[in-house]
Amino acid sequence: MNGAAAGSRRQALLRQGLLMAPALLWLGLLIVLPHVELAVLSLREQVGPRHYVPSLAQYRTFFAEPEYWHVFLRTAWMSAAATLITLLIAFPIAWVIAKIARGRAATLLFLACLIPFWISETVRTLGWMILLRQSGVLPALLVKLGITAAPIEMLYHDSTIMVGLVYTSMLFMIVPLVSSLESLDNSLIEAAYDLGAGGFAVLRRIVIPHAAPGITAGCIVVFMLTLGNYITPTLLGGKNSGWFTEQIYTQFITRFNWEQGAAFGFLLLALSTAMVVIGLRLAGQRFGDVMGSR
Amino acid sequence: MIPSLPRPAWLRGATALYVAAFLAFLFLPLVIVSVFAFNNAPYPAPPWQGFTLDWFFGNDASGRVGLFQDGELLGSIWTSCVVAVWVTLLSVLAGFANALLIERCEFRGKQALSVMMLVPLVIPGVILGISILSFASQIAQFAQDHLHLDLRMLRPGLPLVVLGQFSYIATIATLTLRARLSRFDRTLEEAAQNLGASRAAVLRTILLPYMRPALIGSAAIAFLMSFADFNTTLMLVGGRAPLTVLMYGRMHEGATPVLNAVSLFLMIGSALLALAMLRGRAPRR
Repeated sequence: MNGAAAGSRRQALLRQGLLMAPALLWLGLLIVLPHVELAVLSLREQVGPRHYVPSLAQYRTFFAEPEYWHVFLRTAWMSAAATLITLLIAFPIAWVIAKIARGRAATLLFLACLIPFWISETVRTLGWMILLRQSGVLPALLVKLGITAAPIEMLYHDSTIMVGLVYTSMLFMIVPLVSSLESLDNSLIEAAYDLGAGGFAVLRRIVIPHAAPGITAGCIVVFMLTLGNYITPTLLGGKNSGWFTEQIYTQFITRFNWEQGAAFGFLLLALSTAMVVIGLRLAGQRFGDVMGSR
Repeated sequence: MIPSLPRPAWLRGATALYVAAFLAFLFLPLVIVSVFAFNNAPYPAPPWQGFTLDWFFGNDASGRVGLFQDGELLGSIWTSCVVAVWVTLLSVLAGFANALLIERCEFRGKQALSVMMLVPLVIPGVILGISILSFASQIAQFAQDHLHLDLRMLRPGLPLVVLGQFSYIATIATLTLRARLSRFDRTLEEAAQNLGASRAAVLRTILLPYMRPALIGSAAIAFLMSFADFNTTLMLVGGRAPLTVLMYGRMHEGATPVLNAVSLFLMIGSALLALAMLRGRAPRR
Protein backbone atom coordinates (compact mmCIF):
# COMPACT_ATOMS: atom_id res chain seq x y z
CA MET A 1 0.00 0.00 0.00
CA ASN A 2 2.70 2.41 1.09
CA GLY A 3 4.77 1.68 -1.98
CA ALA A 4 1.82 2.37 -4.26
CA ALA A 5 1.10 5.68 -2.48
CA ALA A 6 4.74 6.72 -2.79
CA GLY A 7 4.67 5.69 -6.45
CA SER A 8 1.63 7.83 -7.24
CA ARG A 9 3.16 10.73 -5.31
CA ARG A 10 6.30 10.42 -7.37
CA GLN A 11 4.16 10.33 -10.47
CA ALA A 12 2.33 13.49 -9.38
CA LEU A 13 5.63 15.24 -8.77
CA LEU A 14 6.92 14.15 -12.16
CA ARG A 15 3.77 15.44 -13.81
CA GLN A 16 4.08 18.75 -12.03
CA GLY A 17 7.72 19.02 -13.02
CA LEU A 18 6.85 18.37 -16.67
CA LEU A 19 4.10 20.98 -16.56
CA MET A 20 6.45 23.48 -14.99
CA ALA A 21 9.26 23.01 -17.51
CA PRO A 22 7.76 25.15 -20.32
CA ALA A 23 7.08 28.04 -17.96
CA LEU A 24 10.56 27.95 -16.47
CA LEU A 25 12.25 27.68 -19.87
CA TRP A 26 10.11 30.46 -21.31
CA LEU A 27 10.44 32.91 -18.42
CA GLY A 28 14.02 32.01 -17.60
CA LEU A 29 15.57 31.91 -21.05
CA LEU A 30 13.48 34.53 -22.83
CA ILE A 31 12.61 37.03 -20.11
CA VAL A 32 14.79 36.91 -16.99
CA LEU A 33 18.26 36.04 -18.33
CA PRO A 34 18.02 38.33 -21.39
CA HIS A 35 17.17 41.24 -19.11
CA VAL A 36 20.08 40.38 -16.83
CA GLU A 37 22.32 40.35 -19.89
CA LEU A 38 20.87 43.69 -21.00
CA ALA A 39 21.52 45.17 -17.53
CA VAL A 40 25.12 43.93 -17.61
CA LEU A 41 25.60 45.42 -21.08
CA SER A 42 24.24 48.77 -19.99
CA LEU A 43 26.59 48.89 -17.01
CA ARG A 44 29.87 48.48 -18.85
CA GLU A 45 32.12 50.52 -21.08
CA GLN A 46 34.43 49.51 -23.88
CA VAL A 47 38.01 50.57 -23.20
CA GLY A 48 39.76 48.55 -25.89
CA PRO A 49 39.04 45.92 -28.53
CA ARG A 50 36.94 43.29 -26.73
CA HIS A 51 37.91 44.77 -23.40
CA TYR A 52 35.21 46.12 -21.09
CA VAL A 53 35.08 47.60 -17.60
CA PRO A 54 32.06 48.16 -15.36
CA SER A 55 30.93 51.75 -15.58
CA LEU A 56 28.00 54.10 -15.54
CA ALA A 57 29.23 55.85 -18.66
CA GLN A 58 26.20 54.87 -20.78
CA TYR A 59 23.79 56.45 -18.34
CA ARG A 60 26.05 59.49 -17.96
CA THR A 61 25.97 59.99 -21.73
CA PHE A 62 22.20 59.95 -21.65
CA PHE A 63 22.00 62.77 -19.11
CA ALA A 64 24.89 64.71 -20.63
CA GLU A 65 23.42 64.80 -24.14
CA PRO A 66 20.31 67.00 -24.24
CA GLU A 67 19.34 65.36 -27.54
CA TYR A 68 18.82 62.05 -25.78
CA TRP A 69 16.87 63.10 -22.73
CA HIS A 70 14.81 65.62 -24.70
CA VAL A 71 13.57 62.80 -26.89
CA PHE A 72 12.98 60.67 -23.80
CA LEU A 73 10.87 63.33 -22.09
CA ARG A 74 9.04 64.10 -25.31
CA THR A 75 8.18 60.42 -25.76
CA ALA A 76 6.95 60.20 -22.17
CA TRP A 77 4.86 63.32 -22.37
CA MET A 78 3.32 62.53 -25.74
CA SER A 79 2.50 59.01 -24.57
CA ALA A 80 0.76 60.41 -21.50
CA ALA A 81 -1.21 62.84 -23.67
CA ALA A 82 -2.15 60.08 -26.11
CA THR A 83 -3.34 57.91 -23.21
CA LEU A 84 -5.54 60.69 -21.85
CA ILE A 85 -7.02 61.53 -25.25
CA THR A 86 -7.69 57.85 -25.93
CA LEU A 87 -9.48 57.54 -22.58
CA LEU A 88 -11.64 60.60 -23.27
CA ILE A 89 -12.63 59.40 -26.76
CA ALA A 90 -13.13 55.77 -25.76
CA PHE A 91 -15.17 56.31 -22.62
CA PRO A 92 -18.43 57.44 -24.27
CA ILE A 93 -18.15 54.59 -26.78
CA ALA A 94 -17.60 52.05 -24.01
CA TRP A 95 -20.59 53.57 -22.20
CA VAL A 96 -22.78 53.17 -25.27
CA ILE A 97 -21.68 49.55 -25.72
CA ALA A 98 -22.10 48.60 -22.06
CA LYS A 99 -25.16 50.63 -21.08
CA ILE A 100 -27.15 52.13 -23.95
CA ALA A 101 -27.06 49.81 -26.94
CA ARG A 102 -28.86 46.51 -26.44
CA GLY A 103 -28.37 42.95 -27.60
CA ARG A 104 -27.34 42.73 -31.22
CA ALA A 105 -26.57 46.43 -31.62
CA ALA A 106 -24.15 46.32 -28.69
CA THR A 107 -22.43 43.19 -30.01
CA LEU A 108 -22.11 44.67 -33.50
CA LEU A 109 -20.72 47.95 -32.22
CA PHE A 110 -18.22 46.10 -30.06
CA LEU A 111 -17.17 43.93 -33.02
CA ALA A 112 -16.83 47.04 -35.17
CA CYS A 113 -14.39 48.42 -32.60
CA LEU A 114 -12.39 45.20 -32.65
CA ILE A 115 -12.12 44.68 -36.42
CA PRO A 116 -9.52 47.34 -37.28
CA PHE A 117 -7.18 45.83 -34.71
CA TRP A 118 -7.19 42.42 -36.30
CA ILE A 119 -5.20 44.08 -39.04
CA SER A 120 -1.55 44.94 -38.72
CA GLU A 121 -0.54 48.41 -37.63
CA THR A 122 1.48 48.80 -40.82
CA VAL A 123 -1.72 48.64 -42.87
CA ARG A 124 -3.53 51.15 -40.68
CA THR A 125 -0.58 53.52 -40.83
CA LEU A 126 -0.51 53.20 -44.62
CA GLY A 127 -4.13 54.34 -44.58
CA TRP A 128 -3.28 57.44 -42.56
CA MET A 129 -0.38 58.25 -44.86
CA ILE A 130 -2.59 58.09 -47.94
CA LEU A 131 -5.16 60.24 -46.18
CA LEU A 132 -2.86 62.91 -44.81
CA ARG A 133 0.18 63.41 -47.02
CA GLN A 134 0.42 66.44 -49.23
CA SER A 135 -0.71 64.52 -52.30
CA GLY A 136 -3.22 62.66 -50.17
CA VAL A 137 -6.97 62.50 -49.85
CA LEU A 138 -7.71 65.06 -47.13
CA PRO A 139 -5.51 67.88 -48.48
CA ALA A 140 -7.11 67.34 -51.91
CA LEU A 141 -10.54 67.46 -50.31
CA LEU A 142 -9.72 70.70 -48.50
CA VAL A 143 -8.69 72.29 -51.80
CA LYS A 144 -11.85 71.08 -53.48
CA LEU A 145 -13.99 72.52 -50.69
CA GLY A 146 -12.16 75.82 -51.07
CA ILE A 147 -10.80 75.80 -47.52
CA THR A 148 -7.16 75.92 -48.57
CA ALA A 149 -5.79 77.29 -51.83
CA ALA A 150 -3.12 74.62 -52.26
CA PRO A 151 -2.77 71.13 -50.76
CA ILE A 152 -1.13 71.37 -47.34
CA GLU A 153 1.20 68.79 -45.81
CA MET A 154 -0.71 67.10 -43.00
CA LEU A 155 1.94 64.47 -42.27
CA TYR A 156 5.05 64.99 -40.14
CA HIS A 157 3.42 67.08 -37.42
CA ASP A 158 3.20 66.16 -33.76
CA SER A 159 -0.57 66.22 -34.05
CA THR A 160 -0.34 63.66 -36.86
CA ILE A 161 1.66 61.36 -34.61
CA MET A 162 -0.97 61.90 -31.92
CA VAL A 163 -3.84 60.94 -34.24
CA GLY A 164 -2.01 57.77 -35.21
CA LEU A 165 -1.18 56.85 -31.60
CA VAL A 166 -4.73 57.42 -30.38
CA TYR A 167 -6.09 55.41 -33.28
CA THR A 168 -3.78 52.45 -32.62
CA SER A 169 -4.53 52.47 -28.90
CA MET A 170 -8.31 52.61 -29.07
CA LEU A 171 -9.04 48.89 -28.72
CA PHE A 172 -6.85 48.47 -25.65
CA MET A 173 -8.86 51.16 -23.90
CA ILE A 174 -12.33 50.12 -25.02
CA VAL A 175 -12.12 46.46 -24.03
CA PRO A 176 -11.27 46.94 -20.33
CA LEU A 177 -13.66 49.92 -20.07
CA VAL A 178 -16.56 47.92 -21.47
CA SER A 179 -15.95 44.98 -19.16
CA SER A 180 -15.75 47.17 -16.07
CA LEU A 181 -18.82 49.22 -17.05
CA GLU A 182 -20.88 46.14 -17.81
CA SER A 183 -20.55 44.98 -14.23
CA LEU A 184 -21.95 48.27 -12.92
CA ASP A 185 -25.49 47.73 -11.61
CA ASN A 186 -27.94 50.07 -13.35
CA SER A 187 -30.06 50.35 -10.21
CA LEU A 188 -27.24 52.27 -8.53
CA ILE A 189 -27.48 54.92 -11.24
CA GLU A 190 -31.26 54.96 -11.01
CA ALA A 191 -31.11 55.34 -7.24
CA ALA A 192 -28.68 58.24 -7.52
CA TYR A 193 -30.92 59.85 -10.11
CA ASP A 194 -34.00 59.43 -7.90
CA LEU A 195 -32.11 61.08 -5.06
CA GLY A 196 -31.53 64.08 -7.30
CA ALA A 197 -27.99 63.56 -8.58
CA GLY A 198 -27.15 65.10 -11.95
CA GLY A 199 -25.23 63.42 -14.72
CA PHE A 200 -21.91 64.78 -13.57
CA ALA A 201 -22.38 63.71 -9.95
CA VAL A 202 -23.35 60.20 -11.07
CA LEU A 203 -20.26 60.03 -13.23
CA ARG A 204 -17.92 61.26 -10.51
CA ARG A 205 -19.33 59.41 -7.50
CA ILE A 206 -20.64 56.16 -8.98
CA VAL A 207 -19.38 55.41 -12.46
CA ILE A 208 -15.72 56.40 -12.18
CA PRO A 209 -15.09 54.70 -8.81
CA HIS A 210 -16.69 51.53 -10.14
CA ALA A 211 -14.83 51.61 -13.45
CA ALA A 212 -11.47 52.45 -11.84
CA PRO A 213 -9.95 48.98 -12.45
CA GLY A 214 -10.92 49.14 -16.12
CA ILE A 215 -9.64 52.69 -16.48
CA THR A 216 -6.35 51.72 -14.83
CA ALA A 217 -5.91 48.61 -16.95
CA GLY A 218 -6.67 50.55 -20.14
CA CYS A 219 -4.38 53.45 -19.29
CA ILE A 220 -1.48 51.19 -18.28
CA VAL A 221 -1.66 49.13 -21.45
CA VAL A 222 -2.14 52.13 -23.72
CA PHE A 223 0.69 54.10 -22.14
CA MET A 224 3.04 51.16 -22.36
CA LEU A 225 2.17 50.35 -25.97
CA THR A 226 2.45 53.99 -26.99
CA LEU A 227 5.80 54.39 -25.30
CA GLY A 228 7.09 51.30 -27.09
CA ASN A 229 5.51 52.12 -30.44
CA TYR A 230 7.81 52.37 -33.42
CA ILE A 231 5.86 52.31 -36.69
CA THR A 232 3.39 55.10 -36.01
CA PRO A 233 5.81 57.83 -34.86
CA THR A 234 8.48 57.01 -37.43
CA LEU A 235 6.12 56.83 -40.42
CA LEU A 236 3.68 59.59 -39.49
CA GLY A 237 6.34 61.79 -37.90
CA GLY A 238 8.90 61.41 -40.63
CA LYS A 239 12.65 61.18 -40.28
CA ASN A 240 12.94 63.27 -37.14
CA SER A 241 9.94 62.00 -35.29
CA GLY A 242 11.90 62.06 -32.05
CA TRP A 243 10.63 58.84 -30.55
CA PHE A 244 12.77 57.04 -28.01
CA THR A 245 12.36 53.56 -29.50
CA GLU A 246 13.95 54.97 -32.64
CA GLN A 247 16.99 56.01 -30.60
CA ILE A 248 17.26 52.48 -29.25
CA TYR A 249 17.09 51.10 -32.76
CA THR A 250 19.74 53.54 -33.97
CA GLN A 251 22.15 52.62 -31.16
CA PHE A 252 21.57 48.89 -31.42
CA ILE A 253 21.21 48.22 -35.11
CA THR A 254 22.63 51.22 -36.99
CA ARG A 255 25.57 52.21 -34.80
CA PHE A 256 26.09 48.80 -33.25
CA ASN A 257 26.65 50.50 -29.89
CA TRP A 258 24.93 47.85 -27.81
CA GLU A 259 26.05 49.23 -24.46
CA GLN A 260 24.40 52.57 -25.14
CA GLY A 261 21.32 50.92 -26.64
CA ALA A 262 20.98 48.65 -23.61
CA ALA A 263 21.10 51.66 -21.27
CA PHE A 264 18.40 53.38 -23.36
CA GLY A 265 16.35 50.20 -23.24
CA PHE A 266 16.57 50.10 -19.48
CA LEU A 267 15.58 53.74 -19.16
CA LEU A 268 12.50 53.10 -21.29
CA LEU A 269 11.71 49.98 -19.27
CA ALA A 270 12.12 51.94 -16.02
CA LEU A 271 9.71 54.62 -17.22
CA SER A 272 7.17 52.09 -18.37
CA THR A 273 7.44 50.10 -15.11
CA ALA A 274 7.19 53.27 -13.02
CA MET A 275 4.00 54.23 -14.80
CA VAL A 276 2.53 50.75 -14.24
CA VAL A 277 3.35 50.93 -10.52
CA ILE A 278 2.05 54.50 -10.13
CA GLY A 279 -1.11 53.66 -12.03
CA LEU A 280 -1.79 50.64 -9.82
CA ARG A 281 -1.12 52.66 -6.65
CA LEU A 282 -3.45 55.46 -7.73
CA ALA A 283 -6.27 53.03 -8.38
CA GLY A 284 -5.42 50.80 -5.40
CA GLN A 285 -5.19 47.77 -7.68
CA ARG A 286 -2.96 44.74 -7.81
CA PHE A 287 -0.98 43.89 -10.91
CA GLY A 288 -2.27 40.33 -11.20
CA ASP A 289 -5.90 41.44 -10.89
CA VAL A 290 -5.66 44.19 -13.47
CA MET A 291 -3.69 42.29 -16.10
CA GLY A 292 -5.24 38.90 -15.45
CA SER A 293 -8.75 40.18 -15.99
CA ARG A 294 -8.22 40.87 -19.66
CA MET B 1 -27.38 58.15 -18.88
CA ILE B 2 -28.97 54.76 -19.16
CA PRO B 3 -32.11 53.99 -21.20
CA SER B 4 -34.30 53.46 -18.13
CA LEU B 5 -33.87 57.12 -17.23
CA PRO B 6 -35.28 60.01 -19.25
CA ARG B 7 -32.83 61.12 -21.92
CA PRO B 8 -33.42 64.41 -23.71
CA ALA B 9 -33.67 64.26 -27.50
CA TRP B 10 -30.50 66.30 -28.03
CA LEU B 11 -28.52 63.82 -25.98
CA ARG B 12 -29.79 60.89 -28.04
CA GLY B 13 -28.93 62.75 -31.22
CA ALA B 14 -25.49 63.71 -29.96
CA THR B 15 -24.78 60.11 -28.92
CA ALA B 16 -25.76 58.75 -32.33
CA LEU B 17 -23.63 61.39 -34.04
CA TYR B 18 -20.67 60.62 -31.82
CA VAL B 19 -20.88 56.89 -32.51
CA ALA B 20 -21.13 57.55 -36.25
CA ALA B 21 -18.11 59.86 -36.18
CA PHE B 22 -16.16 57.33 -34.16
CA LEU B 23 -16.91 54.52 -36.60
CA ALA B 24 -15.87 56.75 -39.49
CA PHE B 25 -12.59 57.46 -37.69
CA LEU B 26 -12.03 53.72 -37.18
CA PHE B 27 -12.79 52.62 -40.70
CA LEU B 28 -11.62 55.55 -42.82
CA PRO B 29 -7.97 54.45 -43.08
CA LEU B 30 -8.96 50.88 -43.92
CA VAL B 31 -11.47 51.92 -46.56
CA ILE B 32 -8.95 54.31 -48.11
CA VAL B 33 -6.29 51.60 -48.27
CA SER B 34 -8.72 49.22 -49.96
CA VAL B 35 -10.05 51.73 -52.47
CA PHE B 36 -6.62 52.81 -53.69
CA ALA B 37 -5.65 49.21 -54.35
CA PHE B 38 -7.81 49.56 -57.47
CA ASN B 39 -6.76 53.02 -58.63
CA ASN B 40 -5.24 53.15 -62.10
CA ALA B 41 -2.28 55.32 -61.07
CA PRO B 42 1.36 54.69 -60.17
CA TYR B 43 0.94 56.05 -56.62
CA PRO B 44 -1.79 55.52 -54.03
CA ALA B 45 -3.05 59.10 -54.20
CA PRO B 46 -6.03 60.99 -55.57
CA PRO B 47 -7.48 61.79 -58.04
CA TRP B 48 -9.31 58.61 -58.98
CA GLN B 49 -8.13 57.53 -62.43
CA GLY B 50 -10.27 54.53 -63.08
CA PHE B 51 -10.48 50.95 -61.99
CA THR B 52 -7.66 48.48 -62.50
CA LEU B 53 -6.57 45.08 -61.24
CA ASP B 54 -2.96 45.77 -62.22
CA TRP B 55 -1.83 45.99 -58.60
CA PHE B 56 -2.95 42.43 -58.09
CA PHE B 57 -2.23 40.73 -61.41
CA GLY B 58 0.02 43.19 -63.23
CA ASN B 59 3.17 41.80 -64.84
CA ASP B 60 5.95 43.05 -67.06
CA ALA B 61 3.54 43.42 -69.96
CA SER B 62 1.52 46.08 -68.17
CA GLY B 63 4.64 47.71 -66.75
CA ARG B 64 3.31 47.31 -63.24
CA VAL B 65 4.33 44.61 -60.79
CA GLY B 66 1.18 43.33 -59.14
CA LEU B 67 1.00 41.49 -55.84
CA PHE B 68 0.90 38.04 -57.43
CA GLN B 69 4.00 38.79 -59.53
CA ASP B 70 6.01 40.43 -56.76
CA GLY B 71 8.33 37.66 -55.63
CA GLU B 72 9.73 39.66 -52.76
CA LEU B 73 6.29 40.41 -51.30
CA LEU B 74 5.03 36.86 -51.78
CA GLY B 75 8.21 35.53 -50.18
CA SER B 76 7.74 37.76 -47.16
CA ILE B 77 4.12 36.62 -46.77
CA TRP B 78 5.39 33.06 -46.76
CA THR B 79 8.07 33.96 -44.20
CA SER B 80 5.42 35.55 -41.98
CA CYS B 81 3.29 32.43 -42.26
CA VAL B 82 6.14 30.10 -41.30
CA VAL B 83 7.02 32.28 -38.30
CA ALA B 84 3.37 32.55 -37.27
CA VAL B 85 2.83 28.79 -37.43
CA TRP B 86 5.80 28.18 -35.14
CA VAL B 87 4.80 30.93 -32.73
CA THR B 88 1.23 29.62 -32.61
CA LEU B 89 2.32 26.06 -31.97
CA LEU B 90 4.76 27.01 -29.22
CA SER B 91 2.42 29.53 -27.59
CA VAL B 92 -0.59 27.24 -27.46
CA LEU B 93 1.43 24.29 -26.12
CA ALA B 94 3.20 26.38 -23.49
CA GLY B 95 -0.03 28.21 -22.68
CA PHE B 96 -1.88 24.94 -22.11
CA ALA B 97 0.89 23.59 -19.85
CA ASN B 98 0.90 26.90 -17.93
CA ALA B 99 -2.87 26.86 -17.54
CA LEU B 100 -2.79 23.29 -16.18
CA LEU B 101 0.09 24.19 -13.88
CA ILE B 102 -1.59 27.25 -12.37
CA GLU B 103 -5.13 25.88 -12.21
CA ARG B 104 -4.36 22.30 -11.19
CA CYS B 105 -1.14 22.15 -9.18
CA GLU B 106 -0.21 23.40 -5.74
CA PHE B 107 3.39 24.35 -5.03
CA ARG B 108 5.44 27.01 -3.31
CA GLY B 109 5.89 30.17 -5.32
CA LYS B 110 2.85 29.53 -7.50
CA GLN B 111 1.50 33.03 -6.94
CA ALA B 112 4.83 34.58 -7.89
CA LEU B 113 5.09 32.40 -10.99
CA SER B 114 1.61 33.29 -12.16
CA VAL B 115 2.35 37.02 -11.77
CA MET B 116 5.68 36.52 -13.53
CA MET B 117 3.78 35.04 -16.49
CA LEU B 118 2.02 38.39 -16.95
CA VAL B 119 5.21 40.44 -16.97
CA PRO B 120 6.02 40.03 -20.71
CA LEU B 121 2.87 42.02 -21.48
CA VAL B 122 4.22 45.15 -19.79
CA ILE B 123 7.66 45.04 -21.36
CA PRO B 124 7.81 47.13 -24.54
CA GLY B 125 8.31 44.90 -27.59
CA VAL B 126 11.47 46.72 -28.66
CA ILE B 127 13.08 45.87 -25.32
CA LEU B 128 12.05 42.22 -25.53
CA GLY B 129 13.74 42.25 -28.91
CA ILE B 130 17.05 43.80 -27.86
CA SER B 131 17.32 41.77 -24.66
CA ILE B 132 16.81 38.48 -26.50
CA LEU B 133 19.19 39.65 -29.23
CA SER B 134 21.97 40.44 -26.78
CA PHE B 135 21.45 37.29 -24.70
CA ALA B 136 21.45 35.08 -27.79
CA SER B 137 24.61 36.61 -29.20
CA GLN B 138 26.29 36.33 -25.81
CA ILE B 139 25.60 32.57 -25.88
CA ALA B 140 26.69 32.33 -29.51
CA GLN B 141 29.89 34.19 -28.69
CA PHE B 142 30.56 31.92 -25.73
CA ALA B 143 29.99 28.81 -27.86
CA GLN B 144 32.34 30.13 -30.49
CA ASP B 145 35.12 31.13 -28.09
CA HIS B 146 35.06 28.12 -25.80
CA LEU B 147 33.45 25.27 -27.70
CA HIS B 148 34.37 26.31 -31.25
CA LEU B 149 30.75 25.94 -32.29
CA ASP B 150 29.05 28.23 -34.75
CA LEU B 151 25.47 28.47 -33.50
CA ARG B 152 23.97 30.12 -36.55
CA MET B 153 20.43 29.99 -35.13
CA LEU B 154 21.36 32.40 -32.33
CA ARG B 155 22.32 35.12 -34.80
CA PRO B 156 19.57 37.48 -36.00
CA GLY B 157 17.18 35.49 -38.16
CA LEU B 158 13.92 33.63 -38.17
CA PRO B 159 14.54 31.33 -35.16
CA LEU B 160 15.16 34.39 -32.99
CA VAL B 161 12.12 36.14 -34.44
CA VAL B 162 10.01 33.13 -33.46
CA LEU B 163 11.43 33.13 -29.92
CA GLY B 164 11.02 36.89 -29.57
CA GLN B 165 7.37 36.83 -30.58
CA PHE B 166 6.69 33.73 -28.50
CA SER B 167 8.10 35.46 -25.41
CA TYR B 168 5.01 37.68 -25.07
CA ILE B 169 2.39 35.86 -27.16
CA ALA B 170 2.73 32.92 -24.73
CA THR B 171 1.28 35.19 -22.03
CA ILE B 172 -1.80 35.90 -24.10
CA ALA B 173 -2.34 32.21 -24.86
CA THR B 174 -1.89 31.39 -21.17
CA LEU B 175 -4.52 33.96 -20.13
CA THR B 176 -7.06 32.71 -22.68
CA LEU B 177 -6.57 29.06 -21.76
CA ARG B 178 -6.53 29.68 -18.00
CA ALA B 179 -9.81 31.57 -18.20
CA ARG B 180 -11.51 28.57 -19.79
CA LEU B 181 -9.84 25.93 -17.61
CA SER B 182 -10.79 27.72 -14.39
CA ARG B 183 -14.48 27.22 -15.19
CA PHE B 184 -14.08 23.50 -15.80
CA ASP B 185 -16.09 21.15 -13.59
CA ARG B 186 -13.58 18.63 -12.28
CA THR B 187 -16.25 16.17 -11.14
CA LEU B 188 -16.61 15.24 -14.83
CA GLU B 189 -13.05 13.92 -14.83
CA GLU B 190 -13.52 12.15 -11.51
CA ALA B 191 -16.67 10.49 -12.79
CA ALA B 192 -14.84 9.25 -15.87
CA GLN B 193 -11.98 7.95 -13.76
CA ASN B 194 -14.40 6.18 -11.42
CA LEU B 195 -15.90 4.53 -14.44
CA GLY B 196 -12.47 3.16 -15.27
CA ALA B 197 -11.18 5.60 -17.88
CA SER B 198 -7.40 5.93 -18.06
CA ARG B 199 -5.72 9.33 -17.71
CA ALA B 200 -5.12 9.50 -21.44
CA ALA B 201 -8.75 8.65 -22.16
CA VAL B 202 -9.95 11.34 -19.75
CA LEU B 203 -7.71 13.90 -21.41
CA ARG B 204 -8.87 12.91 -24.88
CA THR B 205 -12.59 12.55 -24.26
CA ILE B 206 -13.24 15.17 -21.58
CA LEU B 207 -10.62 17.84 -21.12
CA LEU B 208 -9.56 18.43 -24.73
CA PRO B 209 -13.13 18.69 -26.12
CA TYR B 210 -13.95 21.11 -23.31
CA MET B 211 -10.85 23.21 -24.03
CA ARG B 212 -11.37 23.14 -27.80
CA PRO B 213 -12.90 26.61 -28.21
CA ALA B 214 -10.15 28.21 -26.12
CA LEU B 215 -7.46 26.27 -27.95
CA ILE B 216 -8.80 27.41 -31.32
CA GLY B 217 -9.29 30.95 -30.05
CA SER B 218 -5.80 31.26 -28.60
CA ALA B 219 -4.29 29.75 -31.75
CA ALA B 220 -6.07 32.30 -33.94
CA ILE B 221 -5.02 35.19 -31.69
CA ALA B 222 -1.43 33.94 -31.55
CA PHE B 223 -1.31 33.61 -35.34
CA LEU B 224 -2.69 37.10 -35.94
CA MET B 225 -0.47 38.71 -33.31
CA SER B 226 2.59 37.02 -34.75
CA PHE B 227 1.65 38.10 -38.27
CA ALA B 228 1.15 41.68 -37.10
CA ASP B 229 4.18 41.93 -34.82
CA PHE B 230 6.65 44.60 -35.76
CA ASN B 231 8.59 45.90 -32.75
CA THR B 232 10.13 42.66 -31.54
CA THR B 233 10.66 41.36 -35.07
CA LEU B 234 12.47 44.50 -36.21
CA MET B 235 15.22 43.95 -33.65
CA LEU B 236 15.71 40.25 -34.36
CA VAL B 237 15.25 40.02 -38.11
CA GLY B 238 18.06 38.73 -40.27
CA GLY B 239 18.16 38.47 -44.04
CA ARG B 240 14.63 37.22 -44.67
CA ALA B 241 12.12 39.90 -43.71
CA PRO B 242 8.56 39.04 -42.70
CA LEU B 243 5.78 41.04 -44.32
CA THR B 244 5.43 43.84 -41.73
CA VAL B 245 9.14 44.64 -41.86
CA LEU B 246 9.24 44.57 -45.66
CA MET B 247 6.13 46.79 -45.88
CA TYR B 248 7.65 49.24 -43.42
CA GLY B 249 10.78 49.53 -45.53
CA ARG B 250 8.80 50.11 -48.70
CA MET B 251 6.51 52.66 -47.06
CA HIS B 252 9.58 54.71 -46.21
CA GLU B 253 10.48 54.79 -49.87
CA GLY B 254 7.00 55.73 -51.07
CA ALA B 255 5.60 52.59 -52.56
CA THR B 256 3.21 51.77 -55.39
CA PRO B 257 -0.37 50.64 -54.74
CA VAL B 258 0.89 47.06 -54.63
CA LEU B 259 1.11 47.67 -50.87
CA ASN B 260 -2.58 48.54 -50.87
CA ALA B 261 -3.25 45.29 -52.66
CA VAL B 262 -1.32 43.26 -50.10
CA SER B 263 -3.07 45.17 -47.31
CA LEU B 264 -6.47 44.30 -48.72
CA PHE B 265 -5.31 40.73 -48.95
CA LEU B 266 -4.34 40.84 -45.25
CA MET B 267 -7.68 42.34 -44.26
CA ILE B 268 -9.57 39.58 -46.03
CA GLY B 269 -7.29 36.97 -44.47
CA SER B 270 -7.79 38.37 -40.95
CA ALA B 271 -11.54 38.60 -41.46
CA LEU B 272 -11.71 34.97 -42.58
CA LEU B 273 -9.64 33.84 -39.63
CA ALA B 274 -11.83 35.85 -37.24
CA LEU B 275 -14.95 34.32 -38.75
CA ALA B 276 -13.51 30.82 -38.47
CA MET B 277 -12.71 31.53 -34.84
CA LEU B 278 -16.22 32.78 -34.06
CA ARG B 279 -17.59 29.65 -35.69
CA GLY B 280 -15.27 27.46 -33.65
CA ARG B 281 -16.48 29.21 -30.54
CA ALA B 282 -20.16 28.90 -31.29
CA PRO B 283 -21.81 26.03 -29.41
CA ARG B 284 -22.25 22.96 -31.54
CA ARG B 285 -25.82 21.97 -32.13
